[in-house]
Amino acid sequence: MNGSVRLRVLRRLAEAVLLLLVVGTIVFFLEHLVPGDPARAILGGASAHPSPQALAAVRHEYGFDRPLLAQYGSFLAGLLRLDFGESYTLKQSVLSAIGGQLGSTLALTLTALGIAWVLSVVSTLAGAGRNGWWARIGAGVEVIAAALPQFWLGVVLLLVFAVRLHWLPVIGTGATGLVLPAFTLGIPLAGFLGQVTRDEFDAKLKQPFVLSARARGMSEAGVRARHVLRHAALPGITLSGWGLGALISGAVIAEVVFARQGIGQLLVTAVNSQDLPLVIGITFVVALVYVVANLLTDLAYVAVDPRLRTTIGASKA
Amino acid sequence: MSVLTVPNAARTRRTPLHSAGFWAALAFGVLVVLAAAVPRLLTGRDPLDIHLDQSFDPPSVAHVFGTDQSGRDVFARVVYGAGQSLLIGLGATALGLAGAVVLGLLGGLGGRALDAVTTRFIEVLYAFPGLLLALILIAVFGNSAGTQVIAVGVASMPGYARMVRGQVLAVRGSGYVQAERVLGRGPARILVRTVLPNAFRPLAVLITLGVGQAIVWAAALGFLGLGVQPPAPEWGAMLNAGRDYVQQAWWLDFFPGAVIVLFTLSLTVLGRAVRAVTEPGGRR
Repeated sequence: MNGSVRLRVLRRLAEAVLLLLVVGTIVFFLEHLVPGDPARAILGGASAHPSPQALAAVRHEYGFDRPLLAQYGSFLAGLLRLDFGESYTLKQSVLSAIGGQLGSTLALTLTALGIAWVLSVVSTLAGAGRNGWWARIGAGVEVIAAALPQFWLGVVLLLVFAVRLHWLPVIGTGATGLVLPAFTLGIPLAGFLGQVTRDEFDAKLKQPFVLSARARGMSEAGVRARHVLRHAALPGITLSGWGLGALISGAVIAEVVFARQGIGQLLVTAVNSQDLPLVIGITFVVALVYVVANLLTDLAYVAVDPRLRTTIGASKA
Repeated sequence: MSVLTVPNAARTRRTPLHSAGFWAALAFGVLVVLAAAVPRLLTGRDPLDIHLDQSFDPPSVAHVFGTDQSGRDVFARVVYGAGQSLLIGLGATALGLAGAVVLGLLGGLGGRALDAVTTRFIEVLYAFPGLLLALILIAVFGNSAGTQVIAVGVASMPGYARMVRGQVLAVRGSGYVQAERVLGRGPARILVRTVLPNAFRPLAVLITLGVGQAIVWAAALGFLGLGVQPPAPEWGAMLNAGRDYVQQAWWLDFFPGAVIVLFTLSLTVLGRAVRAVTEPGGRR
């Protein structure tokens, strides 16, 4: 890793800290300035009618009776130590609640990202830059796939492959339970990546280096797979960092469709019960994952495109 | 970030007026707008009419989309739901745009320091998955139909704000704005008469696509049980209600979802057609 790459990593990390602080601060002040009492959320939500004494006791226990700035100070201090406090509803530390669920969600999103890449590369290699029915159908399928919302695609996949065909379990754990949710997330992303890669592929096929490779007697498949794909993959790689964020959003939906454990399910429960420490904690962890993903994207970029190893430091923002 | 800019995914190959896809999209879009405006034109049934003896009837001639657990006609509910879902999508888009114009103008026209701050703020929010942003807002403000609109609007704001700022910067530096300055026009007049209209023209396509995106996000929130509550006929709320019965009555979730997919696809096709017509030669 050379100096410019290291600089880039540092900048990403600084951006990450900024992102987390901004989101944390906004949520903190919204929570305390918006009418509504967190003590009520702790004592069972809008439907419960706790006594004034119980409310006062909870306010004191959680420090809601302290001055706002003092609360903000200890909130920020907690964030820096990844200590988000105790969940209002689960009565356990937010970090341990998330830790128990994160692995399942990461397995789901990474599998989905893999599926998306395989589908879009196959589709691009087969169809891009060729005229004819196959290419046109491929492009159309990509547009439709990118437009499929997970809440619908998930239900359709569930109905076809689990309820009708019985190929896969409706609710499953382990590898078989992962297949349908992962395709639910992977197919729309594949459509998106495919469109971008295909555009780039079409453009790069007209480049002089393609002509020179052909002139050297390289086969059509060789030109496509060895030369053009490498160029065409770059914007797709850029989008993968963004895509992982989108996949985590999508995981919220997919986990609910397939009744699968994970931080998405946890987040929906937390939002419904206005359990803000848990919501903030999950948000933070997702943001961290997202930042790490973008970091890896940058590094992958350098690996695929050797030209960047020398120019990346020069082309600073 | 010059190396890492996201390329434009959209493209157009032929003129839209000659493609069957364009006309199909236009027809479906008009149908949905018609359903939103005058639902009685498309169905004679009441979306809230309960017939317990007809619960879970599969799709048939009498009930083309079947009936739900209380025997309500799903087709009528989808038709009547169009109005509310469209309103949520449009409301959220308007809200997102309003916020984006404020942020974008601050960034594009304010001083260098102000630009730096708003740009960082926009980029930070843009980097964040929209659905999560919406979920945080619902967690803070509580679950209601109003929060649903606000949440989706705020979630879509960063994307628009980036565009507005970029457009304002481009227009501000253009020759015709300089010409107006030379002619002695005041900054307010230049802003309202020249900068805003020119900055907005490219946004028209983005808004068409954005309304579709807002409807999908709102439906996703509805699917999670957030926002408009059943038995109100709204697409997201219908998806949520159908979730519990998905194994015994597939039509409860399938049809509302299919209508959402077809409608957003139509908006995508129409948005691209508008782009192809307004920007001859295509812009990448």
